[in-house]
Amino acid sequence: MRKTILMAALLGAAPTLLALPSLAETVKGLRTVDEFDGIENETERSVALFTEMMAVIEHPRCLNCHPVGDSPRQGMDMHPHVPPVVRGDADFGAPGMRCNTCHGEENFTFVTKEGSIPGHSPWQLAPIEMGWVGKSAAEICAQLKDPERNGGRSMEDLHEHNATDGLVGWGWDPGEGREPAPGTQEVFGQLTKAWIETGSACPDS
Amino acid sequence: MTQVLSRRSFLASSAGLVIGMTLPLAARAQSGAAAAFQSGAIDEASFAPNAFVRVAPDDTVTVIIKHIEFGQGPFTGLATLVAEEMDADWGQMRAENAPANDELYKNLAFGMQGTGGSTAMANSYMQMRKAGAAARAMLVAAAAEEWGVPESEITISKGEISHGSGKSSGFGALAEKAAGMTPPEDPPVKSVDQFVLIGTDLPKLDTRAKSTGTAIFTMDVYREGMLTVVVAHPPKFGATVGSYDDSAVLDVPGVQAVRQIPQGVAVYATSTHAALKGREALKVEWDDSAAEKRSSAAIFEAFSKAASEGGKDAEVLGDGAAGIDGAAQVIEAEFRFPYLAHAPMEPLDGVIEVREDGAEVWMGSQFPALDKPTIVQTLGLSPESVQLNVMLAGGSFGRRAQDTAHFAGELAEVAKAAGAPGSFKLVWTREDDLHGGYYRPLTVHKMRAGLDADGKLTGWEDVVANQSIMAGGPMAQMMQDGMDPTSYEGSTKMPYELGNLRVGWAAQESPVSVLWWRSVGHTHTGYATEVFLDMVLEAQGKDPVQGRLDLIREDAARDRGVLEKVAEMAGWDGTKVKGDRAYGVAVHESFETYVAQIAEVSDAGGYPKVHRVWCAVDCGVAVNPNVIRAQMEGGIGFGLGSVLFDEITLGEGGVVQQANFDSYRMLRIHEMPEVMVEIIASDADPTGVGEPGVPPIGPAVANAWRALTGEAVTELPFLTTMEA
Amino acid sequence: MVSFELNGKDVSVDVPEETPLLWVLRDELQMTGTKFGCGIAQCGACTVMLNGMTRRSCVTPVSMVEGSSVTTIEGIDGPEAEAVQAAWEGLDVPQCGWCQSGQVMSATALLMEIPKPSDEDIDNAMAGNICRCATYVRIRKAIHDAADKLEG
Repeated sequence: MRKTILMAALLGAAPTLLALPSLAETVKGLRTVDEFDGIENETERSVALFTEMMAVIEHPRCLNCHPVGDSPRQGMDMHPHVPPVVRGDADFGAPGMRCNTCHGEENFTFVTKEGSIPGHSPWQLAPIEMGWVGKSAAEICAQLKDPERNGGRSMEDLHEHNATDGLVGWGWDPGEGREPAPGTQEVFGQLTKAWIETGSACPDS
Repeated sequence: MTQVLSRRSFLASSAGLVIGMTLPLAARAQSGAAAAFQSGAIDEASFAPNAFVRVAPDDTVTVIIKHIEFGQGPFTGLATLVAEEMDADWGQMRAENAPANDELYKNLAFGMQGTGGSTAMANSYMQMRKAGAAARAMLVAAAAEEWGVPESEITISKGEISHGSGKSSGFGALAEKAAGMTPPEDPPVKSVDQFVLIGTDLPKLDTRAKSTGTAIFTMDVYREGMLTVVVAHPPKFGATVGSYDDSAVLDVPGVQAVRQIPQGVAVYATSTHAALKGREALKVEWDDSAAEKRSSAAIFEAFSKAASEGGKDAEVLGDGAAGIDGAAQVIEAEFRFPYLAHAPMEPLDGVIEVREDGAEVWMGSQFPALDKPTIVQTLGLSPESVQLNVMLAGGSFGRRAQDTAHFAGELAEVAKAAGAPGSFKLVWTREDDLHGGYYRPLTVHKMRAGLDADGKLTGWEDVVANQSIMAGGPMAQMMQDGMDPTSYEGSTKMPYELGNLRVGWAAQESPVSVLWWRSVGHTHTGYATEVFLDMVLEAQGKDPVQGRLDLIREDAARDRGVLEKVAEMAGWDGTKVKGDRAYGVAVHESFETYVAQIAEVSDAGGYPKVHRVWCAVDCGVAVNPNVIRAQMEGGIGFGLGSVLFDEITLGEGGVVQQANFDSYRMLRIHEMPEVMVEIIASDADPTGVGEPGVPPIGPAVANAWRALTGEAVTELPFLTTMEA
Repeated sequence: MVSFELNGKDVSVDVPEETPLLWVLRDELQMTGTKFGCGIAQCGACTVMLNGMTRRSCVTPVSMVEGSSVTTIEGIDGPEAEAVQAAWEGLDVPQCGWCQSGQVMSATALLMEIPKPSDEDIDNAMAGNICRCATYVRIRKAIHDAADKLEG
């Protein structure tokens, strides 16, 4: 028996990179806000902007630390974190093995092999109510707008978070051996802002 | 088989008899390891009755241990033998590594100094007791002379020498006098019923140092002006250096030199980090012309085809495979076992100091008898001018037992290429270790069994295809008719009466280097035979325990004994599945130690979670039951991790796909089952316990898994390694 | 030059700032109780305390500990450490011993936060420390024993 546990497949939430129109203006694979100007209906435009944001949100660099359970995931295949770690009371690991037992203030490039161990200060899991793994775009969208499930943020705070937060920003600077999230934090922030300004509409599914 | 100590071999080992105030350099503690355990007294030892025992004025008794300590307990076990015969108190005992000295410290089972095959206790059992008894006799003689009383009136208990007159003394006070006594030629030893220490759970002598970080291993040796060296090895087996560009390497701060050696390209630096950074900056073009370029998948196909062709006869009983012809039902299975790395926690390392007049070496040498001559020859020195200090080692599991002495060779080449005297520490990283070959051989077993219309076994065939460990190396001379029994040991000489039987071996070749891996051939034969037998018993409608008991030969009483014991321990009632838990059994003898295990498993989402393991072991006299239980626990964890997770695979082109513990997974604490061990009471001479705990766990788990899911796991591991 | 407190004493080392703390401890300061096992924070053999919390020194650039307090197996003390090491001795936990400094550090850190850990607490704290000899049965038991002893 040879079983490879592919978490993405098990969860039914394979990371989706949108099929992009060939002429679209993209920055590192993420469409910029002006690409959506042609959508006249504001709500439709808002939905389209959010759908674009999902390319970032659903990228393993982001999703791996937004689990709905107690353990983060790793890699593009989103396998369980090795070594096994748990969320703990403060989303920061367990007594004896906290996130910062291994993760430092910056990415640390291995000396003996390719790759790196990611780092940032702080380094921790998103709270469980902010878990996204396995959820639809509609569910994640509703969650993002709900202060009970977005860390008590206003929409303005949410934009601030997406546009400037350092740990969010790590997704575009994930260290050697890791594929960054699409686009840049700047474009992601602009998309968030435009989505909010267009009424922060959510997709149906 | 227990090594019977001949008078001749004892006298030979006494040839280095040391009496007096000073010890030869060779017997002195050079290793820091020793410093961890000794009271500092050995250098002042005033009584050294033979090559193994040192008594110091402070009453400490230091036993020189000829077997390397890397966790299997020879420091404690061999010191126990001496303490028993000296009637010492356990608190006064110390242990220390013997240096390389083939004459004094040879393994009596090998005829050379070395550790392996779970022989440490078996070959030392009488030798160390005789050494202790000789020391005791000399102390008694000294006391008798000192006190003017007959020797027969003197008693010793817990390190206290006494006479009915009220006179008493510790060992230390009489040590100098004892040194002047004539060593007895063949001192009597106790009978089993006289044992006081043997058979008790004495605390291990190395525990404290290993719990406080003070135990000194090879990597912990630092010499004045020492350079650390790492070597860039070829990524493919059998490749060599074509050319290299070191222009960027010498710019790395701390890097001192780059040299080509036969094993690759060596980078010398003032620190480990500088050496590693230097190697990172090195560019090497490898010559792959003679390299293994097949993938593991391709090798499996080739080996499978070879097994189908039957191989050479390794064992034939009755009508052999012909017994299967015309059977009403033929059961078949092909088992596939991947390459496995030993992955000892301390990667391979060594320190060599070359001086104008010789060299001194520190390493976890498992075969000093082979490592030292390799160093001597490579450096062109005389044997007398090279001192090899055997160090504590952070695990081996077979990895340090190098018949080719390849690591000692690389260490010596590093020193030689430096071109001038100096100290050099050669360090392999985990990646070097996992990429470095010397794996458990990739193996295919093609199994067939025939049943007649009544379900009775008509024949059994097991054809093994793998690479010989011994062929091509210095051990090849021990092969008879081109056969390497370590390739199929355990498939042959089974305890079962199977009627017509044939075991075949199809010898395979590859540039991939292979080596013994904790329990050697039994790592795969135990699995293949015990899983396949379970499948046959199921086809016969027989109970896994009773079915085995019915097949065990009359003269295989010890196999029967452990199987009956483990069934009793686990409360076996023939029910293979209870709720979400299933139970599987396996029994396997290796290195003349008999082990049966029952595993309790559930389904953890496509692979087994092992909750509890019951283990019965018969290893003859249980010298230290605590050490035996520890080895069973550890062997079970080691074996379980490998069947669940581990494989070294060659990808397309022949490059190893695993690099470190993220892709070569070790069993972790949450995956460790509860383990219950019982030791069969026995008067038989002791046999080893380092390896025999390993073979039964895989098949016990697989048999439980088949009971639970119906799925026969014939290709290991259960889970492929996860991408990191 | 990086300066920090090591086992209660001030030390300064002149090494490239990206040098892993592990190699600074071993190569520069001869604190050899902290072991190298993997170099990528997978095995825990290199575990030290950094400002009182466990830290894998193999992935810690020495620049990160500037001005901090580092405790290694050589310097660890206090009731939890003593109870852990006594329990390790009582059960003869180590086999080869290479990983045990790291095991003792993690176990001590666990008991400092959870005086009476459950089996699950032990799994969570200790799953980052590999023991190739698989002494896990005894590690678990020893932590429970140490907790019992601390409780008095």
